[in-house]
Amino acid sequence: MIEIIKNTKIDFMGIKKYTFAFSGVLMLIGFFGVVQIYRGHANLGIDLAGGTSIQLRFQKPVPMDEVRLLLTGAGHAEASLQGVPGENILIVKARAKGKEEKMVSEEIVNLLRGKFPDNPITVESIAEIGPAIGKKLRSDALLALAVSALAIILYLAWRFEFKFGVAAAIATYHDVVALTGIFYLLGQEMDLLFITALLTIGGYSLTDTVVVFDRIRENIRLRKRGTLSETINVSVNEVLSRTIITSVTVFITCLALLFFGGIVLREFALALTIGVVVGTYSSIFVASPIVALWRGEKMIEVKR
Amino acid sequence: MWKSIRLRITLIAVLTILSIAVVLPSLTDNLPAAWQKKTPKIHLGLDLQGGVFLRLAVEIDKAIESTALRYADESRAACRAKGIPVLGWQREGTDGFSLKLPPGDFAGKALSLLKEEMGIIDFALGDVKADGATVVGRMRPAEVQLIRANAVTQGVDTIRNRIDPEGVREAQVIPEGDDRIVIQLPGFKEQQRAIALVSQVALLEFKLVDEGVSVEEAMKGNIPEDAQLLFQITNDRQTGKMTKNPMVVKKRALLTGDKIKSAKVNFESRQGGAAVSVSFDAQGTKIFDRITAENVKRRLAIILDGNIKSAPVIQERISGGEAQITGSFTAEEASDLAVVLRSGALIAPVKVIQNVTVGPSLGQDSIQKGIRAGVIGALLVVLFMAFYYRLSGLVADFALIFNILFLLAGMALLEATLTLPGIAGVILAIGMAVDSNVLIFERIREEIRAKKPVRAAIDAGYDKAFWTVVDSHVTTLITALILFQFGTGPIKGFAVTLSMGVAINLFTALVCTKVVFDYINAKRPMQALSI
Repeated sequence: MIEIIKNTKIDFMGIKKYTFAFSGVLMLIGFFGVVQIYRGHANLGIDLAGGTSIQLRFQKPVPMDEVRLLLTGAGHAEASLQGVPGENILIVKARAKGKEEKMVSEEIVNLLRGKFPDNPITVESIAEIGPAIGKKLRSDALLALAVSALAIILYLAWRFEFKFGVAAAIATYHDVVALTGIFYLLGQEMDLLFITALLTIGGYSLTDTVVVFDRIRENIRLRKRGTLSETINVSVNEVLSRTIITSVTVFITCLALLFFGGIVLREFALALTIGVVVGTYSSIFVASPIVALWRGEKMIEVKR
Repeated sequence: MWKSIRLRITLIAVLTILSIAVVLPSLTDNLPAAWQKKTPKIHLGLDLQGGVFLRLAVEIDKAIESTALRYADESRAACRAKGIPVLGWQREGTDGFSLKLPPGDFAGKALSLLKEEMGIIDFALGDVKADGATVVGRMRPAEVQLIRANAVTQGVDTIRNRIDPEGVREAQVIPEGDDRIVIQLPGFKEQQRAIALVSQVALLEFKLVDEGVSVEEAMKGNIPEDAQLLFQITNDRQTGKMTKNPMVVKKRALLTGDKIKSAKVNFESRQGGAAVSVSFDAQGTKIFDRITAENVKRRLAIILDGNIKSAPVIQERISGGEAQITGSFTAEEASDLAVVLRSGALIAPVKVIQNVTVGPSLGQDSIQKGIRAGVIGALLVVLFMAFYYRLSGLVADFALIFNILFLLAGMALLEATLTLPGIAGVILAIGMAVDSNVLIFERIREEIRAKKPVRAAIDAGYDKAFWTVVDSHVTTLITALILFQFGTGPIKGFAVTLSMGVAINLFTALVCTKVVFDYINAKRPMQALSI
């Protein structure tokens, strides 16, 4: 039997001051990120903000500073440029200005074709999204987050009890907010795929939480003595190896996606990868302590 | 015991054979035609096969407005015909207009005249002041409602007619909500052309050129009320230079595109280049005959969506019901124009509010990279499981292969659309698939540590981990279903593959692995378990 983690006796409940403080900092960063998104200061993807995104492949390397100069001269000073080294790929993203529904992809492609006549350009993809659609997609995304929170609380309340449901939902929201904060700090683009990653991680993080909760419930029934904190400690230690190994397998596939999945999925894969780590952390350090704090230390059996 | 094992193995074998039969046509083209044709296939999303996605906003209010303006014109003409002078007019909201009449009893006369002649409009007396009075006309709510209801359906039908000649396989034109149209053209490469085909209003009008007004005066704003200033825009083929030639035409359209019976490209135009010949229906032929007879030697402007295409001099009366539109078209532009004219004009103008175009090379690239990431991810997981759980890990790996196979079969059966995020969903599902086995194996290890015999430990492990596995699957399923509900195309694809992968995993991780352990035990009870 290979065991990475053997008979651990970590006092998870004892260090909850520190982990809560750490989570608190994560939350603050996250909420700051959310506020910045609302103020329009975050790197929102053009599918949420509205605007134009063009991916071009040049035959030869293209000097970025000349492209920048050209676009600035044509009134697209705010456009962001991203090159993919070694592949001669250029991604131009121009956020929509206010309510203007103007589509600028043709203009930009023509500008570049005119500027680099001996460097043929293949248009790999174009996405132009009017601000109205961006707004609709934004509100759909928020609605999806809200509905999933409710559905999760209801399911866990049914399978465990209300307090477990709420604790799991808090842990899930911890992950969603923390991931948003980390992405904001990294300056990574937040688009619809990022929202998808948020929801996926929310669902996945619960998987780990449920495993821990299952064991806590079982141990409350079996042990009958000691405090809830002690029982939680025992339970978390008992399932620690599976919590970590289940996360490792998903983490591995996320890494494969991140390194080999290509540029279109890169940010999505990054969000999933970070999310798996945060989700595993929260199932161990956030969800269970909340149950203990809320339920009190008495070993009341959990109804099933 | 054996009976149950045989039953389960048979079930898995049948499912496997069926799955392979269903999946193969999606993977290769070298199969007998009957097999290839009869099985449902996994579709590739626009992001993988390339193509154009457009979302249009139908500007219904503009359609109502332009109808109201047409009624305003007609009302004015009716008044003038009976000698009632109209001083001016203006819009009243989107569905109404008001005419300004001189003081005296003109307003009253106009009101009774209009009520009689323009029965489909509600007229009422507006402000009465010393310098005149107004008559307000408003479209009936029923008519406004009809335009509202028709604008989107007519748009969808018209756009479909325009796209059909392109022969795009699996092209979709569908209404969305009350005022949107979504168009998907898989494999279509020319984005600008797609936008032009789809969003052109294609309102064709024939109006007389007003020779009595000088263009210079008109440019300064001195223009009679029944005339308007339009431009003829020509692009020089060689230099690419655009010239705008202003022209004054009568406001009233003598004939419009709805009287067209057919339109086709004609390469024998006198100016060289392609032209479009239109032939009118019976009524249109009669009108065109009258127009040309009454206006020989005058110029007739042919106007498309407010731009003058040409303004030839009428040389003689034309009774054949045919006209030719010239205007420096390329062959492709001319053929598109013919298609658009045949399909008719849109009632309401449309605006492209979302346009996603993926080139075929990027789609290919995405598929390759997606498959590469999937294979590498799956291999790493397989190796990890075999390393950490030894023989039992291999059993889990074996179940993983079934999981992927059944997932592909399920997608083919549902004719689901595979998108790039969908591939990511498959990869993520691979990582999650072995999780169920991890939970079970860890439980078995606990039982073995508690000194239970191997067989009892395995049974207890599966038994006790069951609800944990179900719970953990349901939570992922909940979010995947919500993603499916709220997500757009590519993200729906992610929700589909992830949720199907996770659901199928319940079967493969619980049934497919258990039967292996049961089989070994039935052959020769295990003394030790490699886990």
